[in-house]
Amino acid sequence: MRINPLIIGTLVLLGCCVLFMTLNSGGHWEFILKFRGRKLAALLLVGMSVSTATLLFQTISRNHILTPSIMGFDALYVLILTMSVFVIGSAGFNQLPSQVVFTLNLVLLIAASLALFGTLLGQHRADLMRMVLTGIIFGILFRSLTAFVNRMIDPNEFATIQVRSYARFNYIDVSLLTISVVLCTIALIACWRMRRQLDVVALGYETAVNLGENVKRRQTQVLILVAVLVSVSTALVGPVAFLGLLVVSLARLVAPNQTHATLLPLCALIAGIILVGGQTILEHILGLATPLSVVVDFVGGLVFLALVLRKGWT
Amino acid sequence: MITVENLNYSVNGTQILHDVSVDLPKGGMTALIGPNGAGKSTLLSHVSRLLPLQTGRVRVDDLEIGHCASSDLARKLAILPQQVHFVTRLSVRELIRFGRYPHCKGRLGPKDHARVDAAIEAFGLEALSDRFLDTLSGGQRHKAHVAMTYAQDTDYLLLDEPLNNLDIAASRALMALLRDLADTQNKTIVIVLHDINFAAHYADHLVVMKDGQINCTGRPEDLVTTALLRDVFGTAANVEMVCNKPYVLP
Repeated sequence: MRINPLIIGTLVLLGCCVLFMTLNSGGHWEFILKFRGRKLAALLLVGMSVSTATLLFQTISRNHILTPSIMGFDALYVLILTMSVFVIGSAGFNQLPSQVVFTLNLVLLIAASLALFGTLLGQHRADLMRMVLTGIIFGILFRSLTAFVNRMIDPNEFATIQVRSYARFNYIDVSLLTISVVLCTIALIACWRMRRQLDVVALGYETAVNLGENVKRRQTQVLILVAVLVSVSTALVGPVAFLGLLVVSLARLVAPNQTHATLLPLCALIAGIILVGGQTILEHILGLATPLSVVVDFVGGLVFLALVLRKGWT
Repeated sequence: MITVENLNYSVNGTQILHDVSVDLPKGGMTALIGPNGAGKSTLLSHVSRLLPLQTGRVRVDDLEIGHCASSDLARKLAILPQQVHFVTRLSVRELIRFGRYPHCKGRLGPKDHARVDAAIEAFGLEALSDRFLDTLSGGQRHKAHVAMTYAQDTDYLLLDEPLNNLDIAASRALMALLRDLADTQNKTIVIVLHDINFAAHYADHLVVMKDGQINCTGRPEDLVTTALLRDVFGTAANVEMVCNKPYVLP
């Protein structure tokens, strides 16, 4: 009998969490539980959002190499953030409650991603090369615009942006934890409820229409969910380029079947293991010698290259 | 019956369909034939709601396309598009199970499993049922797709050039199977074909299209003549009757 990777994943993740909470704790439990508990929650939240967003995006784009970050989703988030600092100034920006800024950014990101990616995915016969190239150009455009605005604003305001636009797992913005938990939970429940419909959408436009799915409406719903999940993870730790790709590719490799009922929890588990386990190793064994995002992006980049070389562009 | 009324369709200013009105009878096999670019696949795509209606109406029995739920239509009409490429790694049985989706929304009951088993048996796919689609030959994969639409158990089955890339044995086997579905299970088959001989041999009813319009409709033995090949297809080919069916000589 095959051993269920979901059970193994759960056990390994639990082990990682226990190690993360207890290693070198020194006995100050009240402080440790509060300090590390928040960080653990944020890491798990980021893992779930990034992996789910990537899986959903791959389902509606019908491609196993594209991810929201390759298509410029989180670059768009950083651009929106930069623009809002530019427009209202860092003083005004820092006075606003971070939840308000976050919600505003989220709404803008949903609108912008529907406008940009909605039309791109709407052409159901569009070829993949065009999708990939458009995504890469979007990404470069967003990053260049961000860099351009960064040059125009004064150094104090730049510092405000800089803190928020780099991947950081050591200093997680915990002020957004509550709203992130709420949003993420709603989005994940919505994803889980449409898992069977997602299986059908993954079969492609013609087959999904034949089976009675309203593909366009589903794509819009999924894009909104992806925007919410990307906002949550980017707001908490900044953009992580290749985490989603790494996680979803690993999950597809070990999954006993390719249904979303299996892949959704498996991706979340693997993402949690990589983030919590990786952070534990870096903090306690390597003494924070290198940021986790660098390691994840390095390994994820290698996986990306391997996928491109092995399968071509299909 | 499938009723098409005053259907127009244009892409970037080029008119593909010109005011097409046609009735496709219920029961039996109807073949759409015509030269390349005549609008056969476009017409079929409209009936199968793959293309949005610009002007005109399409009705399938009492359901009007664009005004009824897509999920209701999925229990009435199944479509087999020209080429389907799956990104997901699926086994034959998993694919056929999707045919039950319109009926059970992914929660398969005993009735659905029975229908899936029946589809596997009807198409002789028992030995392949646990194989992955990407390990099968083109003909076998095609068979699995048709088996999926069989499991969908609809009154109407629409196929767009299903014989592309199939050898003579696989083509004949598929057409015989469709014929059998029409004869023994009262299904209505609507099929786009390039090979006039296949159309004339297997279909009960022909719809001939040219330049985005319906040229003529009727029984194969009445329609397939030297004059039709000259006027519609623009080629001077001879037609011979063999066993009361017309055959175009190459």
